[in-house]
Amino acid sequence: MLKTFKIGGVHPPENKISANTPIEVLPLPETVTIPISQHIGVPSQVLVQKNDKVKVGTLIAKQNGFVSANIHSSVSGTVQKIEEVFDTSGYRRMAITIAVEGDEWEESIDRSTDLKRDYDTSTDIIQKIAEAGIVGLGGATFPAHVKLTVPQGKKAEILIINGVECEPYLTSDHRLMLERDNEIMIGTSILMKALNVSDAAIGIENNKPDAIKKLTETAKNYPGIKVVPLKVKYPQGAEKQLIKAITNREVPSGKLPIEVGAVVQNIGTAFAVYEAVVKNKPLIERVVTVTGKSLEKPSNLLVRIGTPVQKLLDYAGGIDENATKVISGGPMMGKAISNLDIPVTKGTSGIVVLSKKEGYRKEQNNCIRCARCVSVCPMGLEPYLLMAYSERQMWSEAEKDKVMDCIECGSCSFTCPSNRPLLDYVRLGKSTVGKIIRNRK
Amino acid sequence: MNRKLIVSPSPHAKGTDSIPSIMYGVIFSLIPVLAVAVYFFGIKALIVTLTAVVSCMVFEFLIQKFILKGKITVFDGSAIITGMLLAFNLPSSIPIWMIIVGSLVAIGVAKMSFGGLGNNPFNPALVGRVFMLISFPVEMTTWPPNRFTLVDGYSGATPLGFAKGALKSGKTVSEIMPDVADLGHIFNYFVGNMEGCIGEISALFILLGGLYLLYRRIITWHIPVSIFVTVFIFSGILHLVNPDLYISPEFHLLTGGLFLGAIYMATDMVTSPMSKKGMIIFGVGIGALTVIIRTWGAYPEGVSFAILIMNAFVPLINRYIKPRRFGKEVKHG
Repeated sequence: MLKTFKIGGVHPPENKISANTPIEVLPLPETVTIPISQHIGVPSQVLVQKNDKVKVGTLIAKQNGFVSANIHSSVSGTVQKIEEVFDTSGYRRMAITIAVEGDEWEESIDRSTDLKRDYDTSTDIIQKIAEAGIVGLGGATFPAHVKLTVPQGKKAEILIINGVECEPYLTSDHRLMLERDNEIMIGTSILMKALNVSDAAIGIENNKPDAIKKLTETAKNYPGIKVVPLKVKYPQGAEKQLIKAITNREVPSGKLPIEVGAVVQNIGTAFAVYEAVVKNKPLIERVVTVTGKSLEKPSNLLVRIGTPVQKLLDYAGGIDENATKVISGGPMMGKAISNLDIPVTKGTSGIVVLSKKEGYRKEQNNCIRCARCVSVCPMGLEPYLLMAYSERQMWSEAEKDKVMDCIECGSCSFTCPSNRPLLDYVRLGKSTVGKIIRNRK
Repeated sequence: MNRKLIVSPSPHAKGTDSIPSIMYGVIFSLIPVLAVAVYFFGIKALIVTLTAVVSCMVFEFLIQKFILKGKITVFDGSAIITGMLLAFNLPSSIPIWMIIVGSLVAIGVAKMSFGGLGNNPFNPALVGRVFMLISFPVEMTTWPPNRFTLVDGYSGATPLGFAKGALKSGKTVSEIMPDVADLGHIFNYFVGNMEGCIGEISALFILLGGLYLLYRRIITWHIPVSIFVTVFIFSGILHLVNPDLYISPEFHLLTGGLFLGAIYMATDMVTSPMSKKGMIIFGVGIGALTVIIRTWGAYPEGVSFAILIMNAFVPLINRYIKPRRFGKEVKHG
């Protein structure tokens, strides 16, 4: 019996059409636009001015407080402007636009793609990760150094590397596992050392048998790391569900994974940690899946941070008039973007193009109380009830029925036969109740 | 480039099930049950069913068009199910006009007056059926013999009705019926070779339909299984205590409307609880009430009443019985 989490879950069509396409390097764009808020937490502090010359890897905005992250230039060239642009959030946020000139890197960075195992063991790994500006690359973009700093009185027991990639369409982690298996293992070993744990588990769903096989083989050379094949079920890539699947421990409501001794990092993050620690390379590029049924050439691309989405789509063959929705991230949890000038950021795991048929919502009907939203909710909540609370502004009831536990996986809205916008209303409840709780303190 | 893109919150993917796909799934699973009814009761069973289905659809249409003046949803399949299930709860000899009255009560009173599909607290087909049982007691309890059971000695009454009458007149269980442990009889009951309502006779075909509903994830096992287990245990205890006074659990399970009720009526999404634990409480309640009504009540049959009574408890169950929340108890290791 393959492991999985116990409560709820759905099986959206996988549509992993780019799974067999090797990672390609996207050519440099003419300009990049690098937002200073690409992570959860405080926006970084801008260090450059208009007309400044920068190289690849130059620090252009620094970590502002503990929960924040450094941001480096992903190209060499001249700072053109520093102003607000629309980003994936749909809001206008401050960003640094750089005109690309050549491809000159900071000397300290090892640009080669050769595998290197040795690194200066005296370095403070967490410090190094913070300097490189690494955030959770699965999409949540929580600064990695914060997660690795175990709070007083708590102890990390196991490191979990998230290779689940449960979102439909996305294959960037899958390709990375196939092509950079040793780098991922070294990155994982570095993370284990930083956390002072002797066990690491890489969770991979069994719809990626090639990745399971490859990493299981590679893991033999890395003590303490094991690969755990998992039964396919969405949202297994969610942190709490993945911990449950692998360790059978449940993170208590409102608490962090460290409460049960677990720290979870994404496959892409482990790779970025390898590059940061061994190659001294900050997070300036990432693998992005560009996909959609209407695209001529669904691809997995190594993209410099700040590249406009349009460039990726052009590379994949361009979008036709049938395309109505472009998503940054996967179709279950990703954000629909309003225009194609929006840049790729650290959290952009994929760009998914949906056709007319997939892009429009269907007409909403009465709730028929089929209870499917309740049975698929991986957090054991009652989405139909939370929606009703939000509609009636019954915030204290929503709080009592655990609206804050919602992980926004979208299984409820996905499964509802009446096409009710359950998650929209649960989000409204979450944000309102969140405000009420913060004001109480 | 200035192309228009749709922006909406996630999720951007959608499952394939819709209200019609669920409703027509149920209808599809009921077709074998109808076929068995026609086999045993003849064309009359089909006529009764068609009358109820057409009446339910027409009443829903008229109410939506002329009273509510809203969206017409006659073809979403829910009115068809109400019609079928109402008909399945009637004897095949019922006069046509009574079916039409029953359909009006089911759709007009039990469903549309509460706001239509999704808002009715009570199972519409059962409300229609109970209304008819109270209003037309003679016609509703007159059972035409089926093609085969004339020789079996029960004609004119359902097995449960016959047993009830005989027990009341002072006879013991062993006197009034052939040994139910006799495989021949159990087999007859199981396939549906007995008197009864149109759709309730064949446990076998109802069970097959139920398996299909489970496979399609339209129902879950919780309600039917908890009803069956409760009825079996409760009536089993009574039977063990005094086998002369209380009929055996197999008899309870296989005769009468228990299978139809447990698999098709109690599992009605709209009128059953939302959480798995709640469903089990609901099922246990129906099972217990069924045995109580059958054993000590005025009617030989109690499934309809038991389901309607438990329907009334559903809001209460939903309020107090919550699903198991993730992360409630901390398990370590």
